[in-house]
Amino acid sequence: MNSNNNILVKLNNAGFRQSEKWLVEGVSLTVEKGKIVTLIGPNGSGKSTTAKIALGIYKNIEGSVEKYTTKVGYVPQKISIDWTLPIRVYDFMLLTETIEDSSIDEALSLTGVIHLKNKNLGSLSGGEFQRVLIARAISKKPELLVLDEPVQGVDYTGEIALYELIKKISDTLNCGILLISHDLHMVMTATDHVVCLNGHVCCSGSPLDVAKNNEYKALFGEKASQILTTYEHTHDHVHSDEGEIKKN
Amino acid sequence: MFDDFFIRALVAGIGIAFVTGPLGCFVVWRRLSYFGDTLAHSALLGVTMAYTFDLNIAISVFLISSVIALILIQLQKKTNLPGDALLGLLAHSSLAVGLVVIGFLTFIRFDIMGLLFGDILAVTTDDLLVIWTGGALILIVLKIIWKPLLASTVNYELAEAEGLNPDRAKAIFTILMAAVIAISIKMVGLLLITGMLIIPAAMARNISDSPQKMVLFSIIGGLLSVILGLYSSLEFNTSSGPSIIAAALILFILSLFKIKQSIKLKN
Repeated sequence: MNSNNNILVKLNNAGFRQSEKWLVEGVSLTVEKGKIVTLIGPNGSGKSTTAKIALGIYKNIEGSVEKYTTKVGYVPQKISIDWTLPIRVYDFMLLTETIEDSSIDEALSLTGVIHLKNKNLGSLSGGEFQRVLIARAISKKPELLVLDEPVQGVDYTGEIALYELIKKISDTLNCGILLISHDLHMVMTATDHVVCLNGHVCCSGSPLDVAKNNEYKALFGEKASQILTTYEHTHDHVHSDEGEIKKN
Repeated sequence: MFDDFFIRALVAGIGIAFVTGPLGCFVVWRRLSYFGDTLAHSALLGVTMAYTFDLNIAISVFLISSVIALILIQLQKKTNLPGDALLGLLAHSSLAVGLVVIGFLTFIRFDIMGLLFGDILAVTTDDLLVIWTGGALILIVLKIIWKPLLASTVNYELAEAEGLNPDRAKAIFTILMAAVIAISIKMVGLLLITGMLIIPAAMARNISDSPQKMVLFSIIGGLLSVILGLYSSLEFNTSSGPSIIAAALILFILSLFKIKQSIKLKN
């Protein structure tokens, strides 16, 4: 049934409709082990919806989702926690799976919040909470990691470090990552496959392919395209002494 | 040993406190106090059914409460009425129907006060058996669904995404609610059962920093309330239900001082 056993989750022409309005439709994508797939697109383009379809949170969907793993880590975009529940960072780390203390400490250290381990979850700042969310998702050593704007509210230096961490995790754990990000630099340097959404898939492919795509330019503007292309243009050709371009 | 009515009441009350403690925490966390109230009101109908068809009261109450819970879930799906209106509708209509049915049961002398506010004299050795075996079953099931239930209480989508099946946990929890009301109705009375669920848990919230601690303190609070309440009920010749709840209230008020202290420490 699974011809390529590196596949973790596969969306076939998937879509979701809420009260007669399509949130997103016709999305096909595949997340494989060790690969990072990034969803980009403007607000309301269906990025989070696509992630939730892949996770199986939405039940009555169009098309189909094939999921080949149960070891999933999820960092949602919005999380509202009811503070009638007294809960420390430590308890939160154990929320969906029983994990050894050493793994909890390791994950909290990686995201730089080990000192908050016994703090009440309600007392954290937005950025600190975001780091705890990422630590929780990676501490269970998932096969599939779904990160919905994981670094929102994190300070600038922290943002870079966390993106490096995400890249490292995908390499060391060999897990597949479905990432939603507005950071085009991140998209360019670390992503294997980009899907550009605007209610439907407007284009997809390697970061460079997407950057060259006209629909992408129309959606994000010429400048965004330049950001992407400056990163990769040195990789697919070399310049000869005369200034001629030679393809690799 | 169980010959003495007071010992029986005490053993029954202690059994109930062990169950209402952890369940009460989830009632507080999931904001289900009015839901608990609705199930408790419908218990009156369960009691009248028990008398009419000569059934065990606990079983009859459990069945009726479960049916009411199912009706509620269906109504929530099929109507546009807000949740609290549906709860009020079911709570008061089932209470009313129960009272009307009692009016027809002229051949039985009903102790309405005992039903509403609990009656320690009414606790039999059979009731002890129901409370302790029923209670043990409830706690075992709660232990099994603890992780998915807690995870979905914190965040439903996280629990669903990471494969914990929160909908199933929620459905099972609803049945447990009906069960706890069934075993505690004789002792605490149907108007005060929700108090027994919420007040010790609310007290525990004031002095705990983790879910497990809150459950533990909630059980301890419930046990103390039962013991204090029953002794004062004996001393002052008051109904058992109100005495237990009043004791729980005193513990809650004491727990407020702990909050004041910790706020002072933070500053």
